[in-house]
Amino acid sequence: MGDTAFLQELLTALNRGLGMSILLIIPSALGGIIIGITAGSVRAFGSRSMVRIGDGYAALFRGTPLVVQLFVLYFGLPNIGIYLSPYWAAVTGFMLCSGAYQSEYVRGALVSIRRNQYLAAEALGFTRIQTLIWVIIPQAMRRALPGCGNEIVYLIKYSSLAYVVTFMELTGEGKTIATEYFRFTEVFLVIGCYYLMLVSVAKIILRKLEQRLHVPGFG
Amino acid sequence: MTPSEPILKVENITKSFGETIILKGVDLAISKGAIKILIGPSGGGKSTLLQCLNCLVTPDTGTIHFNGKVVDIHKKKELYAFRQKMGMIFQDFNLFDHLPALENIVIALRKVKGMKKSAAVKRAMLELDQVGLADKAHLYPAELSGGQKQRVAIARALAMDPRVLLLDEPTSALDPELVGEVVAVIRALAQKGMTMILATHQISLIRNLADEILFMKDGVIVEQGTPDELLGAECMSFSQGFCDRLNELTGEDV
Repeated sequence: MGDTAFLQELLTALNRGLGMSILLIIPSALGGIIIGITAGSVRAFGSRSMVRIGDGYAALFRGTPLVVQLFVLYFGLPNIGIYLSPYWAAVTGFMLCSGAYQSEYVRGALVSIRRNQYLAAEALGFTRIQTLIWVIIPQAMRRALPGCGNEIVYLIKYSSLAYVVTFMELTGEGKTIATEYFRFTEVFLVIGCYYLMLVSVAKIILRKLEQRLHVPGFG
Repeated sequence: MTPSEPILKVENITKSFGETIILKGVDLAISKGAIKILIGPSGGGKSTLLQCLNCLVTPDTGTIHFNGKVVDIHKKKELYAFRQKMGMIFQDFNLFDHLPALENIVIALRKVKGMKKSAAVKRAMLELDQVGLADKAHLYPAELSGGQKQRVAIARALAMDPRVLLLDEPTSALDPELVGEVVAVIRALAQKGMTMILATHQISLIRNLADEILFMKDGVIVEQGTPDELLGAECMSFSQGFCDRLNELTGEDV
């Protein structure tokens, strides 16, 4: 077996896996952000019972390993009649886990906005909701962005766990080839480069976003 | 001078935070165009009183009459409309940190008054021009000096067409050399007949602008009268003693 055949098979498999990984990462990141903003806002401003529910959610998904969450979603839920495809089990798990971490960044950013910003808005006649939408959230978003971006970088890497629920993404594809040719070192080094590339692209996008939202003397 | 119905009248305002009683029943009435100056030691309740007047702090008891009508502060719509009529200037300026000077004013006009963007920008520029900052319209708060920030804050409050302006130590957070520009704006407002309630330690404002001085201590107004009544050389008032001490600090003459 020549090296060219190995290389060709490896790259074909990894490129297919890369596409699948991207299909996992983008909806998971967006879903995670939406859940994070919602849960973070509830945890910062909700009624006492809502705060308790939000805290419970964050504690559960931050407190248990992601692998366990994925196993429960994929192998556990059929016991109560809910069947998720490997793809949806993975995306659901990633969204919920990512959302729990994101909610922490969002909550921290929201409570860090000083009281005088609320006073200023309310003194002008803003309603409570207008104050949040036009003053507090735009400021909190800028504070939360570096943390939220960091969480997306994590997500890119822990998306590799999807293969434990049989979804063939980058790591899964690579592992199959590695086992077939028994060339683990080379294969995993190449996989590492693929992830490095994904993370670099994400970082460039996040940096651009930060620059766009930059406000002098803020954040 | 014709006696007129007070534009703002409050009765028996009390407020406590936990065990600490901040306001112990304050009455206050102000006619259109009048200027009342609150003085007194820190912790005496001046800030809390001002914030009770537009219900940023909800008073525990008391009634607020505006233009002869009782304001129902528990009706949200009525409260928001009332706050619009009561402009407020804070010690720390409280500009929206994420918006340039112009946008600080525009956002209030658009969201609270529902104005169109072009009209709001025009009005905001006019107000900035009035405080001499038309050329700084696109700078962010962090790029402005303290005095400039306070002038933007005044422009923002005035853009809402307030009937009464509440000023909570507007010059106290400023470097001494920047006080003058803000004092000049406040004087100009006084000349235009703006109704103002002003908490300050600024001797020049106290003496020259006040129609009435209210001396507040431990949550009550202990003295009130015209500057001549309270600050005359032979008076033995709290206000006289207080202003004397301010004088010693600043070297200004009352």
